[in-house]
Amino acid sequence: MELLVSDTRFDSGSRWLLAHAVAVFAFLYLPIAILILYSFNREGVGGFPPHHLTLDWYRTLFADGPIWDSVLNSLQVAFAAVVISLMLGVPAALALERAKFPGKAVFRRLVLLPLILPGIITGLSLAMLFKVMGTNTSLLTIILGHGTALISVATTEVFAGLQKLDRAQEEASLDLGANYWQTFWRITVPNLKLPIIGAALLIFTLSMDEIAVSFFLIGRDNTLPLEIWGRLRRGITPEINAVSTIIFVFSLIAIVLWYRLRMRNEADAGAEIAQALEGDAA
Amino acid sequence: MFSRAYKAAVTLPPLVWVTVFLLIPYLLMFCYSFWSVSESQTIVHSWNLANYGELLRVDVYWQTLLRSMWIAARVTVFSLLMGYPLAYFLSFSAGRKKDLLYQLVIIPLWVSYLVRAYAWKTILGSDGVLNTLLQYVHLTKHPLEFLLYSPFAVVLTLTHIYTPFAFLPIYAALEHIPRNLVEASHDLGATPGQTFWKVILPLSIPGVVAGATFAFVLSLGDFLAPLLLGGPSGIMISNIVVSLFGAAYNWPLGAAISFCMLLLVVRLLFVSERLEKKWSFS
Repeated sequence: MELLVSDTRFDSGSRWLLAHAVAVFAFLYLPIAILILYSFNREGVGGFPPHHLTLDWYRTLFADGPIWDSVLNSLQVAFAAVVISLMLGVPAALALERAKFPGKAVFRRLVLLPLILPGIITGLSLAMLFKVMGTNTSLLTIILGHGTALISVATTEVFAGLQKLDRAQEEASLDLGANYWQTFWRITVPNLKLPIIGAALLIFTLSMDEIAVSFFLIGRDNTLPLEIWGRLRRGITPEINAVSTIIFVFSLIAIVLWYRLRMRNEADAGAEIAQALEGDAA
Repeated sequence: MFSRAYKAAVTLPPLVWVTVFLLIPYLLMFCYSFWSVSESQTIVHSWNLANYGELLRVDVYWQTLLRSMWIAARVTVFSLLMGYPLAYFLSFSAGRKKDLLYQLVIIPLWVSYLVRAYAWKTILGSDGVLNTLLQYVHLTKHPLEFLLYSPFAVVLTLTHIYTPFAFLPIYAALEHIPRNLVEASHDLGATPGQTFWKVILPLSIPGVVAGATFAFVLSLGDFLAPLLLGGPSGIMISNIVVSLFGAAYNWPLGAAISFCMLLLVVRLLFVSERLEKKWSFS
């Protein structure tokens, strides 16, 4: 039906829509393409046309100690942030879906607030907390900041997954004598595998890129975005393009893996349904 | 089916964590906004409204806030102009390529935000890609200076960044419109234009409101794009908070500005929630 609508009735308009879509995609991808292209340009960023394509900037990059230190710091922060926000975000989603308690509405808004609130507000207020507590800023404070702000992501993803979940399985598990702990690990978590992995990937990426909260909580060790930020203020070199290109490639790999995982699971679900229907027919 | 212990176990840890690391910091920020800094750069815990008075008295603060809102408003409009037709195209005309194109809109979100802002800087700079290209094809003799370090550059970059955010909820809303409503409209003799204005657009308003809220709130609080691309005329309110936190070391005044932003954002969220409810059809 959709094809019919698009082919016969929206024809005059759909040519414009197509042109518009092409333009928007160009707008979205142009900076990324230029970024990658100029990471190979010997003459530096800017200057048209690019000539003397070279891998020199990648060589400079691989010899650049501080950048790799900051990459390691960012990886540590991102891993820890994923652990913290899942450990709190999954129960928070369960609490929002299954428990009634005073202040629940406020709790929900508060958990989700960092998702939409400008990062500098969360960053500044956490900086004040650590100041009052007398805690020195370090990677640990950044981890706490990211972990807390990104609970919102874990909670939204898992909550959406929970609403599609059939509670009968958990009920059966409890009826058959499993305790809550066993039921949680053997039924609830496996059923929420996709939203949890999706949330983990998203949290990881967001943490690797986070700058507003980190800005206020940074100690002696830089995260990658803050290291890049510091260098941008001193002037720009294609080395930044090179490191960005590498991160982009890794992100693409993560997206493709995630997409395939999801497709496979959807295919599995589809096969199961088909099987069930056939079973019924037989 | 879930016992009290279960509910307590999933509720308490996130509740305590969120109280300590979100609620208390936000409240602490509120307290800070009434304090002041002494000559010797220590925080004076005396309660008064001096900071809020200064925000009203000194022009630069509210002028910058107004400018930020004006920039955010333009970003919102442009993101909707980019995102809505694109979402419409994907939902109604893209046929089987829909999923692929959807992924293509998402992928730029995985590329570091800092890096994309930086990419625009390398495009718009006076010896950047665009200016050297224009000179290369002899369209201009001298670099166009207005491209970089202007509100224009900030609006352009933020539109690039927030177009996918505007697109996502609009696309979701369009996908939820029952296709038989569209068909019925055609069958009853409405032109494609009438069908769009009287059926599709009203039903997609909740998505538009959500997308506009994302674009407005997130760009309002942005501090990277203005610092990288804005120049003196493109400074936004978050930049003031950041400079008060750093060089000026006036946390209390920064807290007062942040708290005003917090109120503004929360207020906007309430309004948009109400609008979404008013326009939702289910």
